[in-house]
Amino acid sequence: MEQEHYELRLYVAGKTQKSTTALNNLRKYCEEHLMGKYTLEVIDLLVNPQLAEGDQILAIPTLVKKVPDPVRKIIGDLSNKEKVLVGLDIRPKV
Amino acid sequence: MTNQNQKHVKTLVKTPTGILGLDEVTLGGLPQGRPTLICGGAGCGKTLFSLEFIVRGAQEFGEPGVFIAFEEKAEELATNVASLGFDLYELQEQKKIKIDYIHIDKSEIEETGEYDLEGLFIRLGYAIDSIGAKRVVLDTIENLFAGLSNQAILRAELRRLFQFLKDKGVTAIITGERGESSLTRQGLEEYVSDCVILLDHRIINQISTRRLRIVKYRGSVHGTNEYPFLIDEEGISVLPVTSLQLDKEVSTERVPSGIPALDTMLSGDGFYRGSSILTSGTAGTGKTSIAASFINAACERNERCLYFAFEESPQQIVRNMRSIGIDLQRHIDSGSLQFQASRPTLYGLEMHLVAIHKAIRKFKPTIVVLDPITNLITVGTMSEVKSMLVRLIDFLQVEQITVMFTALALNTITNEQTDEGISSLVDAWIQIKDIELNGERNRGLYVMKSRGMEHSNQVREFVFTKTGLDLIDVYIGPEGVLTGSARATQIMLEETGELIHSQALNRKDRELDRRRKMLEGKIDGLRTEFESTEEELNKVYIEEQIKKERIQEARRNMEDIRKGNPTSNNPDNKESK
Repeated sequence: MEQEHYELRLYVAGKTQKSTTALNNLRKYCEEHLMGKYTLEVIDLLVNPQLAEGDQILAIPTLVKKVPDPVRKIIGDLSNKEKVLVGLDIRPKV
Repeated sequence: MTNQNQKHVKTLVKTPTGILGLDEVTLGGLPQGRPTLICGGAGCGKTLFSLEFIVRGAQEFGEPGVFIAFEEKAEELATNVASLGFDLYELQEQKKIKIDYIHIDKSEIEETGEYDLEGLFIRLGYAIDSIGAKRVVLDTIENLFAGLSNQAILRAELRRLFQFLKDKGVTAIITGERGESSLTRQGLEEYVSDCVILLDHRIINQISTRRLRIVKYRGSVHGTNEYPFLIDEEGISVLPVTSLQLDKEVSTERVPSGIPALDTMLSGDGFYRGSSILTSGTAGTGKTSIAASFINAACERNERCLYFAFEESPQQIVRNMRSIGIDLQRHIDSGSLQFQASRPTLYGLEMHLVAIHKAIRKFKPTIVVLDPITNLITVGTMSEVKSMLVRLIDFLQVEQITVMFTALALNTITNEQTDEGISSLVDAWIQIKDIELNGERNRGLYVMKSRGMEHSNQVREFVFTKTGLDLIDVYIGPEGVLTGSARATQIMLEETGELIHSQALNRKDRELDRRRKMLEGKIDGLRTEFESTEEELNKVYIEEQIKKERIQEARRNMEDIRKGNPTSNNPDNKESK
């Protein structure tokens, strides 16, 4: 578990309030829990709309955990820390 | 006036769907640039309906379309509609359509805090822009409700979505599963208010019928009935129950019936083209034979005929008709005759009607035969059969196709009613009745009605010969109506009578002659007598004359003597003085 590398993608659409909140929240959690073992890619769908199809993006913002398995999606501004950590499998579901 | 008005009032522009019959029902298609909701239960054909809208748009109207599938993957869809002859892969390669599968799996989605569906909008917008789509289908958007739990956000976003579609100017179809009390489970109809079409698949008496109804169509007149529709190897065909107008053309052209004697009964030329003819009669009276000779004659004139057989197989009909000298096989071979045989119970009445429509549209016949319509009653009530026939006749008249129905009449009250019911719809009604007399059964044919032409009121005897059908005048006399051998006997009797009669006449003539001769002889005798009497009389008269002259002479002589000329002495003269 400790050894695993996290590959994260955050889909946003322009610099909206929700996107900024989500990005800030995500950065904070990653610094706390995944220091040094994650890569974060922020994709702006307004710039690259064709990328929405690949990860089946509907909602904005959406955080996709590509690696490790299983693929998980977390939508929303990531304001609920517990849910995000559970969603990213950092913390087991209670 | 109209021009100015038209400038101000812009009428609703419609997008033709290309689905057979739907554009007639909606008077042009779906509202252009607006979303339309198609709802219905599971398996009622929503997906196919919307997919056909996209494919037909791309193929027939040059309008590219985007199909957003929430339920099935693009490959699954492609396989499902391949049987209808739609090649989705090719159309996608040609950039005529785009199929986008949106997968929502609740198990891999976690919701935290605020979000919106901008991702969907971006995808949709991207798909639309990438091929310049004019048509969009969302099938079915309700799946969003299953995948996402924040209803408040969803509903707000849906409203935004429909506005987005309108802004994009695309004609959209949104499908929705039918709900318990509302049209759709999630109440989608409150977002889509322009046009709502309800599909239905119901089973009555173990026979399934698909129906379509336009629940609402803002800003447009539309047919309000339930219209049956059929899904077959060519896609969906909707059948307008009755056309909205009664403005069909009529023809004064005549179509011979194939039986010259019957034509004579119909003022010499047969039926009107485009009219409907009912041939009814009890079992075994030759209804099919009349129909067969009708189409035989038509095929010989190189017309195309379509024969719907609900009772016998085509082979059976061909074989049976050979016995009366009608060879239908050569018309089948030449392609002018086509049989469509099906059991009435194969599907519901509406389906029969749709199938008949399709077959007629495909084959383009000028004459259609339905044999017999009474068998259809096994799959529907009488009023249903009647309304089906109204619609069929309606359609056929518009297409100027002459139709002959045959109907079996039993001697029961219900079936006589059937005749009555149908008779008001048809233009000509030929009835064949059994006439039972002297221990034999014969067929009497008469024209019950024939609109718009003089027709004979006589019952004719209908006979089968090896060379076809014929009608013979029945014997009507003091003994009543005689047919068959009774008629033959009567004719023989009459012929004998005539012989005897003429014999008697001859004898009388001779007698008269003799008497005349006798009388003439008598007259001759009398004339001779008269002549001799006349001669006698003449003789007396001449003698008298001579006597008179003689006396006068004698008197003159006497006078001369008295004066002193004694030339003679005549005592007679003296006496007379």
